[in-house]
Amino acid sequence: MKFKARHTFFILSVLFLIYTISIYLEPYNLNNNSAKTKNIINGKLVWQKYNCQSCHQLYGLGGYLGPDLTNLMSQQNKGEPLLKAMIKSGNKQMPAFNLSDLEMEELISFLKAADNSGSADPRKFRSNSFGMIEKE
Amino acid sequence: MNLNKINIGNLFLVTAIIMLLVGLCFGILAAFTYLYPNFLKENIGFISLRPLHVSSALFWIILGGTGCVYNGIRSILKIEFSPQIAFIQWCLWIVAIIGIFYSYFTHQFGGREYWEFNPVWALPIAVAWILFIINFSKAITNVKKWPVYVWMWVTGIVFFLFTFSENYLWLFPYFRSHFVTDMTIQWKVNGSLVGSWNQMLYGTAFFLMDRISNSKQVGKNNLAFAMYFLGLFNLMFNWGHHIYTLPTEKYIRYIGYAVSMTEWVFFAKIIYNWKGSLNEIQKNYHYYPYKFIMAADIWVFINMGQAILLSIPAINLYTHGTHITVAHAMGTTIGINSMILIAACFEFLKPNLFKNKTNSKYLNFIFWLLQLSLFIFWISLNIAGIKKGIWQMSENQISYSKMMETLTPYFIIFVIAGFGLLISFFAIAIKLLKNSTNSLIINKF
Repeated sequence: MKFKARHTFFILSVLFLIYTISIYLEPYNLNNNSAKTKNIINGKLVWQKYNCQSCHQLYGLGGYLGPDLTNLMSQQNKGEPLLKAMIKSGNKQMPAFNLSDLEMEELISFLKAADNSGSADPRKFRSNSFGMIEKE
Repeated sequence: MNLNKINIGNLFLVTAIIMLLVGLCFGILAAFTYLYPNFLKENIGFISLRPLHVSSALFWIILGGTGCVYNGIRSILKIEFSPQIAFIQWCLWIVAIIGIFYSYFTHQFGGREYWEFNPVWALPIAVAWILFIINFSKAITNVKKWPVYVWMWVTGIVFFLFTFSENYLWLFPYFRSHFVTDMTIQWKVNGSLVGSWNQMLYGTAFFLMDRISNSKQVGKNNLAFAMYFLGLFNLMFNWGHHIYTLPTEKYIRYIGYAVSMTEWVFFAKIIYNWKGSLNEIQKNYHYYPYKFIMAADIWVFINMGQAILLSIPAINLYTHGTHITVAHAMGTTIGINSMILIAACFEFLKPNLFKNKTNSKYLNFIFWLLQLSLFIFWISLNIAGIKKGIWQMSENQISYSKMMETLTPYFIIFVIAGFGLLISFFAIAIKLLKNSTNSLIINKF
Protein backbone atom coordinates (compact mmCIF):
# COMPACT_ATOMS: atom_id res chain seq x y z
CA MET A 1 0.00 0.00 0.00
CA LYS A 2 2.83 2.36 0.87
CA PHE A 3 4.36 2.08 -2.63
CA LYS A 4 1.07 2.84 -4.37
CA ALA A 5 0.20 5.55 -1.88
CA ARG A 6 3.50 7.33 -2.54
CA HIS A 7 2.87 7.29 -6.30
CA THR A 8 -0.67 8.60 -5.95
CA PHE A 9 0.51 11.30 -3.58
CA PHE A 10 3.27 12.30 -6.02
CA ILE A 11 0.94 12.44 -9.05
CA LEU A 12 -1.66 14.52 -7.19
CA SER A 13 1.06 16.87 -5.92
CA VAL A 14 2.42 17.43 -9.45
CA LEU A 15 -1.08 18.20 -10.75
CA PHE A 16 -1.60 20.57 -7.83
CA LEU A 17 1.64 22.40 -8.63
CA ILE A 18 0.70 22.77 -12.30
CA TYR A 19 -2.70 24.15 -11.29
CA THR A 20 -1.06 26.50 -8.78
CA ILE A 21 1.45 27.82 -11.34
CA SER A 22 -1.32 28.44 -13.88
CA ILE A 23 -3.04 30.66 -11.29
CA TYR A 24 0.20 32.44 -10.41
CA LEU A 25 0.66 33.34 -14.08
CA GLU A 26 -2.64 35.20 -14.28
CA PRO A 27 -1.33 38.67 -13.29
CA TYR A 28 1.33 38.29 -16.03
CA ASN A 29 -1.31 37.38 -18.61
CA LEU A 30 -3.57 40.28 -17.62
CA ASN A 31 -0.95 42.81 -18.76
CA ASN A 32 -2.02 45.86 -16.70
CA ASN A 33 -0.92 49.43 -17.18
CA SER A 34 1.04 50.00 -13.96
CA ALA A 35 0.71 53.82 -13.89
CA LYS A 36 -3.05 53.53 -14.17
CA THR A 37 -3.39 50.85 -11.52
CA LYS A 38 -1.07 52.27 -8.83
CA ASN A 39 -3.90 54.04 -7.01
CA ILE A 40 -6.07 50.94 -7.24
CA ILE A 41 -3.35 48.70 -5.80
CA ASN A 42 -2.69 51.16 -2.98
CA GLY A 43 -6.43 51.41 -2.42
CA LYS A 44 -6.58 47.68 -1.79
CA LEU A 45 -3.86 48.17 0.83
CA VAL A 46 -5.95 50.93 2.46
CA TRP A 47 -8.88 48.48 2.49
CA GLN A 48 -6.64 45.98 4.28
CA LYS A 49 -5.03 48.51 6.64
CA TYR A 50 -8.42 49.43 8.13
CA ASN A 51 -9.63 45.81 8.07
CA CYS A 52 -12.76 46.70 6.06
CA GLN A 53 -13.09 42.98 5.20
CA SER A 54 -13.94 42.27 8.83
CA CYS A 55 -17.48 43.60 8.28
CA HIS A 56 -17.85 44.13 4.53
CA GLN A 57 -17.71 41.89 1.51
CA LEU A 58 -16.41 42.01 -2.05
CA TYR A 59 -18.17 39.53 -4.32
CA GLY A 60 -19.92 38.07 -1.27
CA LEU A 61 -16.59 37.25 0.39
CA GLY A 62 -15.86 38.86 3.75
CA GLY A 63 -17.68 39.82 6.93
CA TYR A 64 -21.43 39.75 7.50
CA LEU A 65 -22.08 42.84 9.60
CA GLY A 66 -22.10 45.43 6.83
CA PRO A 67 -23.22 45.35 3.18
CA ASP A 68 -21.27 44.06 0.18
CA LEU A 69 -19.33 46.98 -1.30
CA THR A 70 -18.41 45.57 -4.73
CA ASN A 71 -20.85 47.78 -6.61
CA LEU A 72 -21.27 50.57 -4.07
CA MET A 73 -19.74 53.19 -6.36
CA SER A 74 -22.36 52.79 -9.09
CA GLN A 75 -25.40 52.41 -6.83
CA GLN A 76 -27.99 55.12 -7.10
CA ASN A 77 -27.89 57.67 -4.23
CA LYS A 78 -24.82 55.94 -2.78
CA GLY A 79 -21.33 55.96 -4.33
CA GLU A 80 -18.57 58.33 -3.31
CA PRO A 81 -20.59 60.76 -1.13
CA LEU A 82 -22.05 57.95 1.00
CA LEU A 83 -18.65 56.24 1.32
CA LYS A 84 -17.00 59.47 2.51
CA ALA A 85 -19.81 60.23 4.97
CA MET A 86 -19.74 56.71 6.43
CA ILE A 87 -15.97 56.69 6.86
CA LYS A 88 -15.99 60.14 8.45
CA SER A 89 -18.85 59.66 10.90
CA GLY A 90 -19.30 55.90 11.25
CA ASN A 91 -22.64 54.13 11.60
CA LYS A 92 -24.00 51.57 14.07
CA GLN A 93 -21.09 49.15 14.79
CA MET A 94 -18.80 50.97 12.36
CA PRO A 95 -16.52 53.49 14.06
CA ALA A 96 -15.42 56.74 12.40
CA PHE A 97 -12.12 56.33 10.54
CA ASN A 98 -9.53 59.04 10.14
CA LEU A 99 -8.27 58.48 6.60
CA SER A 100 -5.86 60.93 5.00
CA ASP A 101 -6.97 62.60 1.74
CA LEU A 102 -4.59 60.36 -0.20
CA GLU A 103 -5.88 57.20 1.47
CA MET A 104 -9.46 58.24 0.73
CA GLU A 105 -8.60 58.88 -2.92
CA GLU A 106 -6.87 55.51 -3.24
CA LEU A 107 -9.72 53.65 -1.53
CA ILE A 108 -12.20 55.26 -3.92
CA SER A 109 -10.03 54.23 -6.90
CA PHE A 110 -9.96 50.66 -5.61
CA LEU A 111 -13.71 50.50 -5.07
CA LYS A 112 -14.32 51.97 -8.53
CA ALA A 113 -12.08 49.27 -10.00
CA ALA A 114 -13.99 46.62 -8.05
CA ASP A 115 -17.23 48.04 -9.38
CA ASN A 116 -15.93 47.99 -12.96
CA SER A 117 -14.74 44.39 -12.63
CA GLY A 118 -18.28 42.99 -12.62
CA SER A 119 -21.48 42.63 -10.63
CA ALA A 120 -21.79 40.88 -7.29
CA ASP A 121 -25.58 41.07 -7.38
CA PRO A 122 -26.84 37.45 -7.31
CA ARG A 123 -29.97 38.52 -9.20
CA LYS A 124 -27.83 39.10 -12.27
CA PHE A 125 -26.71 35.47 -12.54
CA ARG A 126 -28.45 32.52 -14.18
CA SER A 127 -27.56 28.85 -13.99
CA ASN A 128 -26.65 27.00 -17.18
CA SER A 129 -27.38 23.38 -18.07
CA PHE A 130 -24.39 22.13 -16.02
CA GLY A 131 -25.68 23.87 -12.91
CA MET A 132 -22.88 26.46 -13.14
CA ILE A 133 -23.86 30.11 -12.78
CA GLU A 134 -23.06 32.67 -15.45
CA LYS A 135 -23.71 36.38 -15.65
CA GLU A 136 -26.79 37.26 -17.67
CA MET B 1 14.57 23.13 33.28
CA ASN B 2 14.96 19.56 32.05
CA LEU B 3 13.24 19.50 28.66
CA ASN B 4 13.52 15.73 28.43
CA LYS B 5 10.90 15.44 31.16
CA ILE B 6 8.31 17.67 29.48
CA ASN B 7 5.54 16.00 27.50
CA ILE B 8 5.62 18.42 24.60
CA GLY B 9 2.44 17.05 23.00
CA ASN B 10 0.50 17.78 26.16
CA LEU B 11 2.13 21.20 26.50
CA PHE B 12 0.67 22.03 23.07
CA LEU B 13 -2.72 20.60 24.07
CA VAL B 14 -2.90 22.61 27.31
CA THR B 15 -1.95 25.79 25.40
CA ALA B 16 -4.61 24.95 22.81
CA ILE B 17 -7.30 24.56 25.50
CA ILE B 18 -6.39 27.98 26.93
CA MET B 19 -6.73 29.45 23.43
CA LEU B 20 -10.14 27.81 23.09
CA LEU B 21 -11.33 29.56 26.25
CA VAL B 22 -9.89 32.89 25.12
CA GLY B 23 -11.55 32.44 21.71
CA LEU B 24 -14.93 31.70 23.28
CA CYS B 25 -14.76 34.90 25.35
CA PHE B 26 -13.89 37.01 22.30
CA GLY B 27 -16.63 35.22 20.34
CA ILE B 28 -19.27 36.14 22.90
CA LEU B 29 -18.07 39.75 22.97
CA ALA B 30 -18.17 39.88 19.16
CA ALA B 31 -21.68 38.37 19.13
CA PHE B 32 -22.84 41.06 21.57
CA THR B 33 -22.04 43.74 19.01
CA TYR B 34 -24.75 42.23 16.79
CA LEU B 35 -27.32 43.08 19.49
CA TYR B 36 -25.72 46.22 20.94
CA PRO B 37 -24.00 48.13 18.10
CA ASN B 38 -22.17 50.52 20.44
CA PHE B 39 -20.78 47.75 22.64
CA LEU B 40 -16.99 48.28 22.90
CA LYS B 41 -17.21 50.29 19.66
CA GLU B 42 -14.85 53.03 20.79
CA ASN B 43 -12.37 50.64 22.40
CA ILE B 44 -11.63 47.58 20.31
CA GLY B 45 -14.79 47.21 18.22
CA PHE B 46 -15.88 44.42 15.94
CA ILE B 47 -12.92 45.00 13.58
CA SER B 48 -10.62 43.71 16.34
CA LEU B 49 -13.03 41.31 18.07
CA ARG B 50 -13.65 39.27 14.93
CA PRO B 51 -9.95 38.52 14.22
CA LEU B 52 -9.32 38.01 17.95
CA HIS B 53 -12.04 35.37 17.97
CA VAL B 54 -11.02 33.75 14.67
CA SER B 55 -7.30 33.62 15.49
CA SER B 56 -7.89 32.23 19.00
CA ALA B 57 -10.15 29.52 17.57
CA LEU B 58 -7.55 28.68 14.93
CA PHE B 59 -4.77 28.57 17.55
CA TRP B 60 -6.94 26.05 19.42
CA ILE B 61 -7.21 23.90 16.31
CA ILE B 62 -3.64 24.23 15.01
CA LEU B 63 -1.87 23.92 18.38
CA GLY B 64 -4.28 21.12 19.31
CA GLY B 65 -3.51 19.35 16.03
CA THR B 66 0.22 19.76 16.69
CA GLY B 67 -0.18 18.30 20.19
CA CYS B 68 -2.13 15.34 18.82
CA VAL B 69 0.51 14.60 16.17
CA TYR B 70 3.33 14.75 18.74
CA ASN B 71 1.41 12.53 21.15
CA GLY B 72 0.25 10.19 18.41
CA ILE B 73 3.66 9.65 16.84
CA ARG B 74 5.28 9.15 20.23
CA SER B 75 2.69 6.61 21.25
CA ILE B 76 2.79 4.62 17.97
CA LEU B 77 6.48 4.72 17.25
CA LYS B 78 7.75 4.85 20.80
CA ILE B 79 10.17 7.48 19.57
CA GLU B 80 11.02 10.67 21.42
CA PHE B 81 11.25 13.88 19.45
CA SER B 82 13.98 16.36 20.03
CA PRO B 83 12.51 18.16 23.06
CA GLN B 84 14.73 21.17 22.43
CA ILE B 85 13.38 21.69 18.90
CA ALA B 86 9.81 21.09 20.03
CA PHE B 87 10.18 23.51 22.93
CA ILE B 88 11.61 26.24 20.66
CA GLN B 89 8.65 25.57 18.34
CA TRP B 90 6.23 26.10 21.23
CA CYS B 91 8.07 29.29 22.33
CA LEU B 92 7.82 30.69 18.78
CA TRP B 93 4.07 30.08 18.82
CA ILE B 94 3.77 31.93 22.13
CA VAL B 95 5.74 34.87 20.69
CA ALA B 96 3.46 34.87 17.62
CA ILE B 97 0.27 34.69 19.68
CA ILE B 98 1.31 37.60 21.92
CA GLY B 99 2.40 39.63 18.90
CA ILE B 100 -0.80 38.92 16.98
CA PHE B 101 -3.03 39.85 19.93
CA TYR B 102 -1.01 43.01 20.51
CA SER B 103 -1.42 43.99 16.85
CA TYR B 104 -5.21 43.53 17.03
CA PHE B 105 -5.48 45.70 20.13
CA THR B 106 -3.36 48.39 18.48
CA HIS B 107 -5.33 48.11 15.19
CA GLN B 108 -2.43 46.93 13.03
CA PHE B 109 -4.20 44.54 10.70
CA GLY B 110 -3.26 42.35 7.78
CA GLY B 111 -6.74 42.99 6.43
CA ARG B 112 -7.12 39.68 4.62
CA GLU B 113 -10.27 37.58 4.78
CA TYR B 114 -10.71 34.82 7.36
CA TRP B 115 -7.34 34.47 9.15
CA GLU B 116 -5.65 37.82 9.15
CA PHE B 117 -2.97 39.52 11.21
CA ASN B 118 0.01 41.80 10.75
CA PRO B 119 2.29 39.78 8.40
CA VAL B 120 5.32 40.29 10.66
CA TRP B 121 3.88 37.67 13.01
CA ALA B 122 3.69 35.07 10.25
CA LEU B 123 7.48 34.72 10.52
CA PRO B 124 7.66 33.04 13.96
CA ILE B 125 4.78 30.76 12.92
CA ALA B 126 6.57 29.75 9.70
CA VAL B 127 9.83 29.06 11.57
CA ALA B 128 7.92 27.09 14.23
CA TRP B 129 6.32 25.03 11.48
CA ILE B 130 9.66 24.30 9.80
CA LEU B 131 10.95 23.05 13.16
CA PHE B 132 7.83 20.88 13.43
CA ILE B 133 8.54 19.38 10.00
CA ILE B 134 12.16 18.67 10.99
CA ASN B 135 11.11 16.96 14.22
CA PHE B 136 8.28 15.03 12.59
CA SER B 137 10.22 13.88 9.50
CA LYS B 138 13.10 12.59 11.63
CA ALA B 139 10.66 10.31 13.43
CA ILE B 140 8.64 8.95 10.53
CA THR B 141 11.42 8.22 8.05
CA ASN B 142 12.26 5.08 10.03
CA VAL B 143 8.73 3.71 9.75
CA LYS B 144 8.17 1.22 6.94
CA LYS B 145 4.40 0.97 6.70
CA TRP B 146 2.55 4.19 7.37
CA PRO B 147 -1.02 3.76 8.52
CA VAL B 148 -3.47 6.17 6.88
CA TYR B 149 -3.36 8.58 9.81
CA VAL B 150 0.39 9.07 9.39
CA TRP B 151 -0.26 9.92 5.72
CA MET B 152 -2.91 12.39 6.85
CA TRP B 153 -0.56 14.00 9.35
CA VAL B 154 2.18 14.27 6.71
CA THR B 155 -0.29 15.86 4.30
CA GLY B 156 -1.62 18.29 6.89
CA ILE B 157 1.84 19.37 8.02
CA VAL B 158 3.31 19.80 4.52
CA PHE B 159 0.28 21.56 3.05
CA PHE B 160 -0.04 23.87 6.02
CA LEU B 161 3.43 25.29 5.39
CA PHE B 162 2.83 25.57 1.66
CA THR B 163 -0.54 27.32 1.89
CA PHE B 164 0.48 29.42 4.88
CA SER B 165 3.41 30.77 2.82
CA GLU B 166 1.10 31.26 -0.17
CA ASN B 167 -1.10 33.40 2.08
CA TYR B 168 1.59 36.10 2.01
CA LEU B 169 2.17 36.28 -1.74
CA TRP B 170 0.16 39.51 -1.72
CA LEU B 171 3.17 41.18 -0.12
CA PHE B 172 4.83 40.97 -3.55
CA PRO B 173 3.55 43.71 -5.91
CA TYR B 174 3.23 41.20 -8.77
CA PHE B 175 0.60 39.17 -6.93
CA ARG B 176 -1.46 42.14 -5.75
CA SER B 177 -1.38 43.89 -9.12
CA HIS B 178 -4.80 42.51 -10.04
CA PHE B 179 -7.27 42.26 -7.23
CA VAL B 180 -9.43 39.49 -8.75
CA THR B 181 -6.36 37.24 -8.98
CA ASP B 182 -5.37 38.33 -5.49
CA MET B 183 -8.81 37.24 -4.22
CA THR B 184 -8.57 34.00 -6.18
CA ILE B 185 -5.25 33.15 -4.51
CA GLN B 186 -6.67 34.24 -1.15
CA TRP B 187 -9.51 31.71 -1.45
CA LYS B 188 -7.20 29.04 -2.81
CA VAL B 189 -5.24 29.53 0.40
CA ASN B 190 -8.31 29.60 2.65
CA GLY B 191 -9.67 26.39 1.15
CA SER B 192 -6.40 24.48 1.30
CA LEU B 193 -5.37 25.81 4.70
CA VAL B 194 -8.61 24.54 6.24
CA GLY B 195 -8.05 21.27 4.37
CA SER B 196 -4.56 20.95 5.85
CA TRP B 197 -5.56 21.18 9.51
CA ASN B 198 -8.57 19.00 8.75
CA GLN B 199 -6.12 16.34 7.56
CA MET B 200 -4.21 16.61 10.84
CA LEU B 201 -7.40 16.29 12.88
CA TYR B 202 -9.11 13.59 10.80
CA GLY B 203 -5.85 11.67 11.02
CA THR B 204 -6.09 12.05 14.79
CA ALA B 205 -9.68 10.73 14.70
CA PHE B 206 -8.48 7.63 12.81
CA PHE B 207 -5.67 7.24 15.31
CA LEU B 208 -8.06 7.51 18.26
CA MET B 209 -10.43 4.96 16.72
CA ASP B 210 -7.54 2.53 16.36
CA ARG B 211 -6.57 3.15 19.96
CA ILE B 212 -10.08 3.02 21.44
CA SER B 213 -11.12 -0.06 19.49
CA ASN B 214 -7.69 -1.64 20.03
CA SER B 215 -7.88 -3.06 16.49
CA LYS B 216 -4.99 -1.40 14.57
CA GLN B 217 -7.06 -2.05 11.44
CA VAL B 218 -8.94 1.22 11.04
CA GLY B 219 -5.85 2.99 9.71
CA LYS B 220 -4.70 0.25 7.36
CA ASN B 221 -7.60 -0.83 5.18
CA ASN B 222 -7.80 0.10 1.50
CA LEU B 223 -11.05 1.96 1.84
CA ALA B 224 -9.49 4.28 4.42
CA PHE B 225 -6.68 5.03 1.93
CA ALA B 226 -9.16 5.62 -0.90
CA MET B 227 -11.05 8.08 1.30
CA TYR B 228 -7.79 9.78 2.27
CA PHE B 229 -6.82 10.34 -1.37
CA LEU B 230 -10.27 11.64 -2.19
CA GLY B 231 -9.87 14.07 0.72
CA LEU B 232 -6.45 15.12 -0.55
CA PHE B 233 -7.87 15.61 -4.06
CA ASN B 234 -10.52 17.91 -2.59
CA LEU B 235 -7.99 19.78 -0.46
CA MET B 236 -6.01 20.56 -3.62
CA PHE B 237 -8.73 21.35 -6.12
CA ASN B 238 -12.17 22.02 -4.63
CA TRP B 239 -11.59 25.53 -3.27
CA GLY B 240 -13.04 27.11 -6.44
CA HIS B 241 -16.51 26.56 -4.93
CA HIS B 242 -15.91 29.61 -2.71
CA ILE B 243 -15.66 32.01 -5.64
CA TYR B 244 -18.38 31.17 -8.15
CA THR B 245 -19.47 34.82 -8.43
CA LEU B 246 -15.92 36.23 -8.64
CA PRO B 247 -15.03 37.13 -12.27
CA THR B 248 -12.00 34.84 -12.32
CA GLU B 249 -11.10 32.25 -14.97
CA LYS B 250 -13.94 29.89 -15.86
CA TYR B 251 -11.82 26.75 -15.53
CA ILE B 252 -11.18 27.51 -11.84
CA ARG B 253 -14.90 27.57 -11.10
CA TYR B 254 -15.62 24.45 -13.14
CA ILE B 255 -12.76 22.50 -11.50
CA GLY B 256 -14.00 23.60 -8.05
CA TYR B 257 -17.54 22.49 -8.91
CA ALA B 258 -16.56 19.13 -10.46
CA VAL B 259 -14.14 18.19 -7.67
CA SER B 260 -16.60 19.22 -4.94
CA MET B 261 -19.14 16.82 -6.38
CA THR B 262 -16.80 13.90 -5.66
CA GLU B 263 -17.67 14.51 -1.99
CA TRP B 264 -20.92 12.64 -2.67
CA VAL B 265 -18.73 9.53 -2.35
CA PHE B 266 -17.92 10.43 1.27
CA PHE B 267 -21.57 11.10 1.91
CA ALA B 268 -22.66 7.79 0.36
CA LYS B 269 -20.03 5.97 2.43
CA ILE B 270 -21.37 7.46 5.66
CA ILE B 271 -24.90 6.35 4.79
CA TYR B 272 -23.70 2.91 3.65
CA ASN B 273 -21.82 2.41 6.92
CA TRP B 274 -24.62 3.78 9.06
CA LYS B 275 -25.63 0.49 10.64
CA GLY B 276 -22.05 -0.48 11.40
CA SER B 277 -21.50 2.95 12.94
CA LEU B 278 -24.55 2.48 15.20
CA ASN B 279 -23.14 -0.83 16.45
CA GLU B 280 -19.81 0.86 17.08
CA ILE B 281 -21.55 3.63 19.03
CA GLN B 282 -23.44 1.13 21.19
CA LYS B 283 -20.22 -0.73 21.91
CA ASN B 284 -18.20 2.32 22.97
CA TYR B 285 -20.88 4.73 24.15
CA HIS B 286 -20.00 4.26 27.83
CA TYR B 287 -16.51 5.63 27.20
CA TYR B 288 -16.72 9.41 27.64
CA PRO B 289 -14.04 10.53 25.10
CA TYR B 290 -15.67 8.30 22.48
CA LYS B 291 -18.88 10.34 22.76
CA PHE B 292 -17.02 13.26 21.17
CA ILE B 293 -15.84 11.10 18.26
CA MET B 294 -19.45 9.99 17.81
CA ALA B 295 -20.59 13.63 17.90
CA ALA B 296 -17.91 14.57 15.34
CA ASP B 297 -19.21 11.80 13.04
CA ILE B 298 -22.74 13.15 13.22
CA TRP B 299 -21.55 16.70 12.62
CA VAL B 300 -19.50 15.44 9.65
CA PHE B 301 -22.70 14.02 8.19
CA ILE B 302 -24.66 17.26 8.73
CA ASN B 303 -21.90 19.60 7.55
CA MET B 304 -20.85 17.50 4.61
CA GLY B 305 -24.44 17.33 3.40
CA GLN B 306 -24.63 21.11 3.69
CA ALA B 307 -21.20 21.63 2.06
CA ILE B 308 -22.12 19.51 -0.97
CA LEU B 309 -25.35 21.42 -1.49
CA LEU B 310 -23.52 24.76 -1.11
CA SER B 311 -21.00 23.61 -3.71
CA ILE B 312 -23.69 23.36 -6.37
CA PRO B 313 -23.44 26.79 -8.03
CA ALA B 314 -27.18 27.14 -8.64
CA ILE B 315 -27.77 26.69 -4.88
CA ASN B 316 -24.64 28.60 -3.87
CA LEU B 317 -26.04 31.65 -5.65
CA TYR B 318 -28.79 31.86 -3.00
CA THR B 319 -26.57 31.17 0.01
CA HIS B 320 -23.30 32.92 -0.95
CA GLY B 321 -22.46 35.85 1.33
CA THR B 322 -25.12 34.90 3.86
CA HIS B 323 -24.93 33.55 7.40
CA ILE B 324 -25.38 30.04 6.00
CA THR B 325 -21.67 30.19 5.20
CA VAL B 326 -20.99 31.22 8.82
CA ALA B 327 -23.18 28.34 10.04
CA HIS B 328 -21.14 25.96 7.92
CA ALA B 329 -17.81 27.36 9.15
CA MET B 330 -18.94 27.23 12.81
CA GLY B 331 -20.52 23.80 12.35
CA THR B 332 -17.27 22.33 11.07
CA THR B 333 -14.94 24.18 13.44
CA ILE B 334 -16.95 23.41 16.57
CA GLY B 335 -18.87 20.30 15.53
CA ILE B 336 -16.06 18.39 13.87
CA ASN B 337 -12.63 19.85 14.70
CA SER B 338 -13.35 20.74 18.33
CA MET B 339 -15.14 17.45 19.08
CA ILE B 340 -12.16 15.45 17.76
CA LEU B 341 -9.76 17.63 19.73
CA ILE B 342 -11.71 17.24 22.97
CA ALA B 343 -11.75 13.48 22.55
CA ALA B 344 -7.98 13.63 21.95
CA CYS B 345 -7.43 15.92 24.96
CA PHE B 346 -9.23 13.45 27.25
CA GLU B 347 -7.28 10.57 25.76
CA PHE B 348 -3.87 12.25 26.11
CA LEU B 349 -4.30 14.48 29.17
CA LYS B 350 -6.53 12.22 31.27
CA PRO B 351 -5.82 8.68 30.01
CA ASN B 352 -6.95 6.96 33.21
CA LEU B 353 -9.95 9.10 34.08
CA PHE B 354 -12.59 6.96 32.38
CA LYS B 355 -10.93 3.57 32.20
CA ASN B 356 -12.66 1.97 35.17
CA LYS B 357 -15.76 3.99 35.81
CA THR B 358 -18.87 5.05 34.01
CA ASN B 359 -19.52 8.66 33.07
CA SER B 360 -20.79 10.98 35.73
CA LYS B 361 -24.24 12.54 35.26
CA TYR B 362 -22.57 15.93 35.37
CA LEU B 363 -20.24 15.17 32.45
CA ASN B 364 -23.06 13.64 30.44
CA PHE B 365 -25.12 16.75 31.04
CA ILE B 366 -22.23 18.94 29.84
CA PHE B 367 -21.82 16.80 26.72
CA TRP B 368 -25.48 17.15 25.77
CA LEU B 369 -25.58 20.86 26.67
CA LEU B 370 -22.70 21.34 24.23
CA GLN B 371 -24.43 19.43 21.44
CA LEU B 372 -27.80 21.11 21.96
CA SER B 373 -26.24 24.59 22.16
CA LEU B 374 -24.30 23.96 18.96
CA PHE B 375 -27.38 22.68 17.17
CA ILE B 376 -29.43 25.77 18.16
CA PHE B 377 -26.47 28.01 17.28
CA TRP B 378 -26.18 26.37 13.87
CA ILE B 379 -29.93 26.48 13.16
CA SER B 380 -30.24 30.17 14.12
CA LEU B 381 -27.40 31.12 11.76
CA ASN B 382 -28.94 29.07 8.97
CA ILE B 383 -32.33 30.73 9.37
CA ALA B 384 -30.68 34.18 9.44
CA GLY B 385 -28.82 33.13 6.27
CA ILE B 386 -31.98 31.96 4.52
CA LYS B 387 -33.67 35.28 5.33
CA LYS B 388 -30.68 37.22 4.00
CA GLY B 389 -30.63 35.00 0.89
CA ILE B 390 -34.29 35.80 0.22
CA TRP B 391 -33.51 39.50 0.65
CA GLN B 392 -30.54 39.29 -1.75
CA MET B 393 -32.71 37.79 -4.48
CA SER B 394 -35.79 39.97 -4.03
CA GLU B 395 -36.54 42.67 -6.59
CA ASN B 396 -37.80 45.26 -4.09
CA GLN B 397 -35.09 45.25 -1.45
CA ILE B 398 -35.44 47.12 1.82
CA SER B 399 -32.21 48.76 3.02
CA TYR B 400 -29.39 46.56 4.33
CA SER B 401 -29.69 47.90 7.88
CA LYS B 402 -33.46 47.27 7.93
CA MET B 403 -32.91 43.72 6.67
CA MET B 404 -30.34 43.17 9.43
CA GLU B 405 -32.87 44.42 12.00
CA THR B 406 -35.31 41.73 10.88
CA LEU B 407 -32.65 39.15 11.78
CA THR B 408 -32.39 40.33 15.41
CA PRO B 409 -34.52 37.48 16.89
CA TYR B 410 -32.17 34.92 15.32
CA PHE B 411 -29.12 36.81 16.59
CA ILE B 412 -30.62 36.77 20.12
CA ILE B 413 -31.00 32.97 19.91
CA PHE B 414 -27.48 32.77 18.46
CA VAL B 415 -26.05 34.70 21.44
CA ILE B 416 -27.99 32.58 23.99
CA ALA B 417 -26.77 29.38 22.30
CA GLY B 418 -23.28 30.90 22.28
CA PHE B 419 -23.51 31.18 26.07
CA GLY B 420 -24.46 27.50 26.18
CA LEU B 421 -21.32 26.70 24.19
CA LEU B 422 -19.22 28.93 26.46
CA ILE B 423 -20.50 27.23 29.64
CA SER B 424 -20.10 23.69 28.34
CA PHE B 425 -16.62 24.25 26.87
CA PHE B 426 -15.49 25.93 30.11
CA ALA B 427 -16.81 22.99 32.16
CA ILE B 428 -14.95 20.52 29.91
CA ALA B 429 -11.79 22.64 29.94
CA ILE B 430 -11.80 22.84 33.75
CA LYS B 431 -12.04 19.05 33.90
CA LEU B 432 -9.17 18.74 31.42
CA LEU B 433 -6.93 21.35 32.99
CA LYS B 434 -7.47 20.23 36.61
CA ASN B 435 -4.16 18.79 37.84
CA SER B 436 -2.90 19.00 34.25
CA THR B 437 0.64 19.69 35.45
CA ASN B 438 0.92 15.90 36.01
CA SER B 439 0.21 15.28 32.33
CA LEU B 440 3.03 17.62 31.34
CA ILE B 441 5.58 15.30 32.88
CA ILE B 442 6.68 12.61 30.50
CA ASN B 443 5.93 8.94 31.22
CA LYS B 444 8.60 6.63 29.92
CA PHE B 445 7.45 3.70 27.78
